[in-house]
Amino acid sequence: MVDHELALLLARIQFAFTVSFHFLFPAFTIGLASFLMVLEGLWLATGRGVYMTLFKYWVKIFAVVFAMGVVSGIVMSYQFGTNWSVFSDKTGPIIGPLMAYEVLTAFFVEAGFLGVMLFGMKKVGRGLHFTATCAVAAGTLMSAFWILSANSWMQTPVGFAINDVGQFVPDASWFEIIFNPSFPYRLVHTVIAAFLTTSLIVGAVGAWHLLKNRNNAGAQVMFSMAMWMAAIVAPVQIFVGDMHGLNTLEHQPVKVMAMEGHYESHPDGAPLILFGLPNDKLDRVDFALEIPKLSSLILKHDLNAPLDGLDTVAKEDRPPVAIVFWAFRIMVGLGFLMLALGMFSLLARWRGKLYDWPLLHRFAIAMGPSGLVAVLAGWFTTEVGRQPFTVYGQLRTAESVSPLEVPAVATSLLVFVVVYFIVFGIGTLYIIRQMGKPPQMDESDPPAHPTRSAGITPAQAGLAHGGEEVSQ
Amino acid sequence: MTGFPFDLTVIWAGIIVFAIVAYVVMDGFDLGIGILFPTLKPGPQRNVAMNTIAPIWDGNETWLVLGGGGLMAAFPLAYAVILPALYAPLIAMLLALVFRGVAFEFRWKDPGHRAAWDIAFFSGSLVATFAQGITLGALLQGITVSGRAYAGGWWDWLTPFTLLTGLSLVVGYALLGATWLILKTEGELQQKAYRQARLLGAGLVITIGVVSIATPFLEADYYTRWFAWPGILAAGIVPFLVALTTWQFFRSLALGRELAPFLLTLGLFALTLLGLAVSIWPYVIPGQVTIWEAAAPPQSQTFMLVGAVIMLPIILAYTSWAYWVFRGKTGEDGYH
Repeated sequence: MVDHELALLLARIQFAFTVSFHFLFPAFTIGLASFLMVLEGLWLATGRGVYMTLFKYWVKIFAVVFAMGVVSGIVMSYQFGTNWSVFSDKTGPIIGPLMAYEVLTAFFVEAGFLGVMLFGMKKVGRGLHFTATCAVAAGTLMSAFWILSANSWMQTPVGFAINDVGQFVPDASWFEIIFNPSFPYRLVHTVIAAFLTTSLIVGAVGAWHLLKNRNNAGAQVMFSMAMWMAAIVAPVQIFVGDMHGLNTLEHQPVKVMAMEGHYESHPDGAPLILFGLPNDKLDRVDFALEIPKLSSLILKHDLNAPLDGLDTVAKEDRPPVAIVFWAFRIMVGLGFLMLALGMFSLLARWRGKLYDWPLLHRFAIAMGPSGLVAVLAGWFTTEVGRQPFTVYGQLRTAESVSPLEVPAVATSLLVFVVVYFIVFGIGTLYIIRQMGKPPQMDESDPPAHPTRSAGITPAQAGLAHGGEEVSQ
Repeated sequence: MTGFPFDLTVIWAGIIVFAIVAYVVMDGFDLGIGILFPTLKPGPQRNVAMNTIAPIWDGNETWLVLGGGGLMAAFPLAYAVILPALYAPLIAMLLALVFRGVAFEFRWKDPGHRAAWDIAFFSGSLVATFAQGITLGALLQGITVSGRAYAGGWWDWLTPFTLLTGLSLVVGYALLGATWLILKTEGELQQKAYRQARLLGAGLVITIGVVSIATPFLEADYYTRWFAWPGILAAGIVPFLVALTTWQFFRSLALGRELAPFLLTLGLFALTLLGLAVSIWPYVIPGQVTIWEAAAPPQSQTFMLVGAVIMLPIILAYTSWAYWVFRGKTGEDGYH
């Protein structure tokens, strides 16, 4: 029994570790693919070389991030079977098709057109190349659609029956399963988060180069575009996040109790606990700083609305409160900082100082990684908040795990940690090094017809390779 | 097991087999390039070899995801039993694919450490291939099942037979890689690939032969299948076709053909997979679980079939287009 529990714990750590790493890459590439599409579209429409400069600048980063996303994603697709085989057997008839649709409609599209997008500039006409870029962008969004549908079904399972061997089988239309109750909110919230994440990174890179040279046209354009995005999308995200929270309250009330740190029920108005240290042993929040009645106002739009607490839930059915409580606060806190950045940029724009207000640029640089952190924090909130279930209220995590032996899962966990830190650490260094280079203006116009000399020239490619192998 | 669900399950078995064949056909040669990498000179030879596959490897590898994902969706029980049974080789394969996949980008980003990423590319390709070969062998030699779960030990997959199938696949993928290089390159590199193809072709024939002889003796069931009616048909025809294909293969090398060696190697792979099917059918876990026992309910299979029927031809179409875009001999220029 002890071995089983240890194996389960190690399997959970392994999954959390690999999925956290993986999730960072699509969170960045979903937005970046669309950004590249917009850049290439603007280049074709306006003929301004600065857009092509930025396209070439960011496509190099995209290629590295995408490669890391692909390889870590393949790990995920097999980890369901290696570490969570009982889950795979039981939910395969429902989760399996959703993931198969992801592969068929998204994964192949991205992978198939990526080659043309990266290497085909000299081989196909500009229209076809733009089509490839659009296909990659659309693929990333389709991928998000199916993965979030599968994930949302695990959060808010509907439309199923249990067959005589204990499998979840479809018992309603697939439409109902795909568009399960939390899916629309989760999809919009996550895709917006991805766009915001990208805009914060692009904005930080733009700001970095503006600090060094405020006249760099490439830095100006990327900073301006990123700040428009942040200014428009951050408030939208806060609104959508609130709606998502209300949806969670309706379908996964226990998760909201953990997010709010409500150990006790509040029959006449629950306070909003701003900070505190959740204490699962004593069922209370130590050192709580709270605003009376505000939680009821936010969640029920009524100061005195009663809210149930974790005391109404059996201990073995509660998620670990501290992780959910803190992850949620990190996400929300960063969300408001993003809003502040967006508003600051509007102010700077209005005063005509968007490119020469170092305080704004420093703030943008500091906020660069915040999207990634917020995305992870949000992911932890929703996934840890679902515990102790893999399929909410239906299938326990402890019952989902493979018949694992401790040495096997411990070894694989160790190797995953070592390999991921080495490989993705180096990848991150490469990306940061690339980001440190200022975008160099290239005044090439869009080609009027397919040509083998436009776009990324062999001369540049040779420079980027370093000349040494040419001479060998 | 009669009527509509019967057909559906067989169709899905066909689709999974198709995904596996597509995977072997497409990712086999690019893994093979990785296996051959140490034999290529650093500099232009390696850069050209890498560029022959850089635009397509990602799409190629996606078939592996379809194979795994499709298995979970259409045959969840098989997925849930086979993957834990092959825990170590599969984890090794995944980690190897991580190293190998990022090497495509990383080796360009930092010329100072290119040698290290070339080693990562080679060892990742080698380990991934070897692990896939072991997986195949372990499946053939049988998996212990109890109830709906894997019930064997953690090292059951490791036997002389699986090491042999692992080695065979390494030789086979390397041969695919060499024949791909014949097709996509010219000059000194192409000449080297011709020499390697002759050597590896001989190696593959030997390993296929040993595996084929060993297989019927793994299980009494395989023996009867191959040597009783109607298996005897396959037992007679398959070796004959293998011999014929091999002869044509060496002939095409001698004649300096560029495309034929690659296609004939694929032919050899198709024949071995056919042999595998004769051994296993209609089991998905040999001797334990048939495809019908492992199948997802018809509602799941029908729903997915709609997607597969619509999407697979589209996928094949744009994949072909991508290959077409990068047709002809490959130069040294990338986008980097």
